[in-house]
Amino acid sequence: MEKSVVFNNKLLPYLLLVPQLIITFVFFYWPASQAVWQSFLREDAFGLNSEFVGLENYQALFAQPEYYKAILTTLVFSSLVAALSLSIALLFATQADKNLKAAGAYKTLMIWPYAVAPAVAGVLWIFMFHPSLGTLARPLRWMNFDWNPLLNGNHALILVVMAAVWKQISYNFLFFLAGLQSIPKSVIEASAIDGAGPMRRFWTIVFPLLSPTTFFLLVVNVVYVFFDTFGIIDAVTGGGPAGATTTMVYKVYADGRLGGDLGGSAAQSVVLMVIVIGLTAIQFRYVERKVQY
Amino acid sequence: MAFRQFGAAVAAAATLAFTSASPAYAVIDIQWWHAMTGGNNDIVNKLAEDFNASQSEYKVIPSYKGSYPDTMNAGIAAFRAGNAPHIIQVFEVGTATMMSATGAIKPVYQLMKDAGEPFDPKAYLPAITGYYSTSKGDMLSFPFNSSSMVMWINKDELKKAGIADIPKTWPEVFEAAKKLKAAGHTTCGFSNAWATWAHIEQFSAWHNVPIGSKANGLDGFDTVLQFNSPLHVRHLQNLIDLQKDKTYDYAGRGNASENRFASGECAIFMTSSGYYATAKSTAKFDFTSAPMPYYPDVEGAPQNSIIGGASLWVMGGKKPEEYKGIAKFFTFLSETDRQAKLHQESGYLPITKAAYEKTVKDGFYEKNPTLQTPLKELTNKEPTENSRGLRFGNMVQMRDIWAEEMEAALAGQKTAKEALDAAVSRGNAMLRTFEKTVK
Repeated sequence: MEKSVVFNNKLLPYLLLVPQLIITFVFFYWPASQAVWQSFLREDAFGLNSEFVGLENYQALFAQPEYYKAILTTLVFSSLVAALSLSIALLFATQADKNLKAAGAYKTLMIWPYAVAPAVAGVLWIFMFHPSLGTLARPLRWMNFDWNPLLNGNHALILVVMAAVWKQISYNFLFFLAGLQSIPKSVIEASAIDGAGPMRRFWTIVFPLLSPTTFFLLVVNVVYVFFDTFGIIDAVTGGGPAGATTTMVYKVYADGRLGGDLGGSAAQSVVLMVIVIGLTAIQFRYVERKVQY
Repeated sequence: MAFRQFGAAVAAAATLAFTSASPAYAVIDIQWWHAMTGGNNDIVNKLAEDFNASQSEYKVIPSYKGSYPDTMNAGIAAFRAGNAPHIIQVFEVGTATMMSATGAIKPVYQLMKDAGEPFDPKAYLPAITGYYSTSKGDMLSFPFNSSSMVMWINKDELKKAGIADIPKTWPEVFEAAKKLKAAGHTTCGFSNAWATWAHIEQFSAWHNVPIGSKANGLDGFDTVLQFNSPLHVRHLQNLIDLQKDKTYDYAGRGNASENRFASGECAIFMTSSGYYATAKSTAKFDFTSAPMPYYPDVEGAPQNSIIGGASLWVMGGKKPEEYKGIAKFFTFLSETDRQAKLHQESGYLPITKAAYEKTVKDGFYEKNPTLQTPLKELTNKEPTENSRGLRFGNMVQMRDIWAEEMEAALAGQKTAKEALDAAVSRGNAMLRTFEKTVK
């Protein structure tokens, strides 16, 4: 007796896909194509004059030394944030996964920062680390440490990295914890009986079994640092001092919204889009091979 | 059944709402987008309320749209989407962008003429309206809140440090800052908000040297920046030297660090004269404002300062009766008593000559000399090509670029000359892009 159900309607699968396709088209393909088109135009802020200029916006962009600096800043910033937020979250998740007394409260507190809007997170960190008003900056000054993110580019970068990491740890923590809880206890117990210590158990059993979660988080975190950290940077440093915290996405905002140069800004968005698509493709092509499902 | 009852209820409610919302004649709404917060937000709401109560044909509806750049961008986006407000408050550095948008805006002089409102441009203070007028003297936007830069002084701390007179020149400020530092102000001898406004824009006007050619851009968008002169380099070099031991301490691009003055950390602090209301409520010491310092060996210094603040722009494409209401609102804002009161309450400058004279006659400045400092600066001398104002396209972002270079110099990454040369050449590149988009 045949039990599986077969739909003979050829249209049905497409029909079921339509809602998702519409969303992808309206929120991704359409705006992305608009950005590509706009990157070939020169337009004033009000959209009163617009002129097709071909690749001129791209030429102007790649002639700016500041743009290469922004690319470099983005690389440093994104590797720091992704690496730190993933490793710290993993550490916290493994600790929270143990049989703790107040594990529930601990887990809840860990998740809170995720509910804070990026700009608000930025303001919080300013309250703590503003050179002359910050509650945590003053002890630094007493220790004769010249903490000055207003002029020292490294200090400013450290500050935005800390804020961005703090904000992202919650999200990573949540997924890591879920990943850890789905690892069968019997496997770990078996290795313990075989005499493997906690470190060895972690690296040979837990970490490989966690790799699908880690891979997913890696992709999500890269996208996060490239796009979502904008609010934090805007609130904390405004891209300064001397461009030390101007990442690519911040420069898109500065040139497009503050500078009213929509064509140049669109060209940057297109470059950024190509880079992120490329990075994601590389991750799926090479890193995913090491993932054990 | 239930559905039918629901439908009937909706219909009844709609009829009720409709009849109650339409009086004998229609009130014309005028949308006013602004960026005023705190006490100034209350003033905006009060102005609209008073105007709405003074007549019954028009209703001004103010809405707060965020910071100055946010408000301006909201206005531009709304225009692109086809639903711009009637009036939008734009800060002074957005002037070039707004005036170049022919068709998107309605010039104020034309608005007043079309509406048949009595309007005499000579009744307004030229130091203020010059900033918002064409080279022919046609007023494009309506000045709302204007300020200038002054030097705020913590008199108690100066006395403690043994400084008898308020410093007048830059060398005197540097000396005073060293004494303050020796007297315990180890983190800040003197400082300022609005880095580029202080050390490039106001500094140039006050010393009668150009920021850019073509009267700082007022006479044409083909202006070229020129603030890398030996005088500018010398001044920045002085700041770099003093930054090393915090006799001068850089406090950022905007005014977020203004409370370094009120907290007592910085006893000499340059910022907007509009800081008055905040200083009055937060500083727990005897303070005053003094004119900006100058280099005494520069011929003709001090010249006159230029204004900051914002003006009201009228957007294009609205109905004639709406424009009539806006014109009436501007006349209402210009009334002498109202202007004088606004000035005395908010600390922003009066925009008409009559309001200024009235405030002098009332003896207000004898009790509040702090509020007269910016007016003295603005009217110190007859404005020259270098001190009428400035008008550069993309100025909002250009200020950030200039500040970036200043920061690089103060952090020791570049020399004063290198930083100013870079600021000028990067700024010029932006000016050329702007010139191409508006041609």
